[in-house]
Amino acid sequence: MRIVVCAKQIPDPATPYKLEADTHWLVRPAEQVLDDTDRYGVEMGLQLAQNSDGGVTIVSMGPAGSMQGLRQALAMGAEKAVIIDDPTLRGSDALATARVLAAAIAREGFDLVIAGTESTDGYSGVVPQMVAEILDVPALTYATEVKAAEGKITIHRQTSTGYEVVEGSLPALVTVTAGVVEPRYPTFKGIMEAKKKPVDNLALADLSVEATTDQKVTSISDAPARSGGAKIEDDGAAHEKIIELLAQKKVI
Amino acid sequence: MSQDFLDLDALLSDEEKLLRQTVRQFTEERILPEVAEWWEQGTFPHEIARDMGKLGLLGMHLEGYGCAGTSATAYGLACLELEAGDSGTRSFVSVQGSLAMFPIWKFGSEEQKQDWLPRMAAGEVIGCFGLTEPDSGSDPSSMRTTARRDGSDWILDGTKMWITNGNVADLAIIWARTEGGIRGFIVPTDSPGFTANEIHHKASLRASITSELVLEGVRVPDEFALPGVSSMRGPLSCLSEARFGILFGVMGAARACYEASLTYAKEREQFGAPIASFQLTQQKLVDMMVIVNRGTLLAMHLGRMKDDGRLSPEQVSFGKLDNVRNALEVARSARSVLGANGITLEYPVIRHMTNLETVYTYEGTNEIHTLILGQAITGIPAFKPPST
Ligand SMILES: Cc1cc2nc3c(=O)[nH]c(=O)nc-3n(C[C@H](O)[C@H](O)[C@H](O)COP(=O)(O)OP(=O)(O)OC[C@H]3O[C@@H](n4cnc5c(N)ncnc54)[C@H](O)[C@@H]3O)c2cc1C
Repeated sequence: MRIVVCAKQIPDPATPYKLEADTHWLVRPAEQVLDDTDRYGVEMGLQLAQNSDGGVTIVSMGPAGSMQGLRQALAMGAEKAVIIDDPTLRGSDALATARVLAAAIAREGFDLVIAGTESTDGYSGVVPQMVAEILDVPALTYATEVKAAEGKITIHRQTSTGYEVVEGSLPALVTVTAGVVEPRYPTFKGIMEAKKKPVDNLALADLSVEATTDQKVTSISDAPARSGGAKIEDDGAAHEKIIELLAQKKVI
Repeated sequence: MSQDFLDLDALLSDEEKLLRQTVRQFTEERILPEVAEWWEQGTFPHEIARDMGKLGLLGMHLEGYGCAGTSATAYGLACLELEAGDSGTRSFVSVQGSLAMFPIWKFGSEEQKQDWLPRMAAGEVIGCFGLTEPDSGSDPSSMRTTARRDGSDWILDGTKMWITNGNVADLAIIWARTEGGIRGFIVPTDSPGFTANEIHHKASLRASITSELVLEGVRVPDEFALPGVSSMRGPLSCLSEARFGILFGVMGAARACYEASLTYAKEREQFGAPIASFQLTQQKLVDMMVIVNRGTLLAMHLGRMKDDGRLSPEQVSFGKLDNVRNALEVARSARSVLGANGITLEYPVIRHMTNLETVYTYEGTNEIHTLILGQAITGIPAFKPPST
């Protein structure tokens, strides 16, 4: 099974993010890391590929920089990476991003495309579904379990109360939730071998695709500061009040 | 990162950064959530060795035999990240890689290497290193443990003390006096006559197992003697390897203390202001930051020299001496910034602080490294009283 995993390099979440003043675009340092949510996609891909004698290709759009994030995915075991890095793609909206990714994925050929549910730095949460539409394959989303065999894919789709079992035929696209599998750490041998693995660095012109952006962020504002909250003094029955409160909020 | 004030990251290759990030992630996910509990219980879950083995941490800078074969600098960086978790975790990796695997790799026969190293690299076989004895610490050449020939076998007798991993080890590298000089032996810990007694009531390095090893007529075949060395050069070259890891490692512990106290100082308010706004506190924070950056810079410099094959044991002593004493100073200062919270295991600082007392003593005490450097610059050895 040929598997393509969409993965994104993002600024290290441990460092504060900066936005450009006029465009509100994220300032991307040369050194970016693999989006943590993509570790799950990569791991899922590696496990499915292992069971079916195939390989995993990473497809990513964005400034290549030092390629630290892609190297991490390669060190985990992916065979190859494709990065579309083109200055004209800066500030792309979800649809433009999906067009570019779909073109690069089609160029590689695939039986299954795996993506995270949303990126940690962008959060639009719609790119994978758009990619599936453009590639004209079914999108099976929010998977907490994935099985693929003999031209079929079966997932557990997470819902607020449980899960649905959803089946589709390959080729297909699936989005996986954090926790779908336990991502492996890259091994030191893997890290040293990652250097030698192929990385295709493409410009927009290498893909015959139109990718104009219609959306723009017009303004941004800070989230409201958290308001006081409720205080429960423990008179011996505080736990009951807390349970009641959580039940009210439908958390439990 | 607030602690990388000098942008030392620019000195590292992409590969080294990725490797470091991997160990940092491993430490954050697998060590830090539980280490305070291990410390309090006085245990170390040695099963984690297999996960370390999968990563490639064990014997990582050795070539071949299932080892990852990284640069020495990369080994140092891994030690730094592990010790930012706990000195006990780093000690486990130091002992396995530098003190148990290294002597087999360096002085062992081809058969011994094939037999032991791959399983040790995978974390399936755990090793320990028996040099120190109850009456032989800083002066290991005074050791009393002996190995004598009996036909084609060797018979070992003696007691080793303060042996890290002793109770969880499958094999012990035992250094013993023979007619032909000091030699190293691979001793399976299930050999008849071999006992390990765990040392309790430690107030330092509690998330690490320390043991006394008693050898009473332990018989091993000649194939278990390390053929490559028959002098103190054997154990001393192992120590030099481990000390190299330590001079990186302690800067991890210091960094963790500095970071914890910086965060705390900005949040904790007294006299109507964050304590970070007091000049006395800023003095402490700046001194810590300077030490962490300077010590890490020193470590990286020594790492590059080791990668070039031109690092001398005296230069390793320089790093062990200075980085450990400075890390301890950072930990004590950070402890004071946290006030009463500084004495609880809710924060990592007191754990690092007391751990570093062990690191100050083992692998050559502060005093012994001072004497090594004293001899290096004066040409006069001062290890023994002048009259003897
Ligand atoms: C937790 C822990 C784990 C350890 N793990 C291991 C292990 O795995 N394997 C192993 O072999 N050993 C291990 N050790 C032992 C360690 O290496 C020794 O404790 C160390 O070498 C010091 O020896 P000592 O404790 O006998 O102190 P001593 O040698 O008795 O020293 C006592 C004091 O006298 C000072 N001193 C000694 N000689 C001189 C001198 N000539 N001039 C000036 N001052 C001097 C010392 O610096 C020290 O301050 C471990 C120790 C600890 C605490």
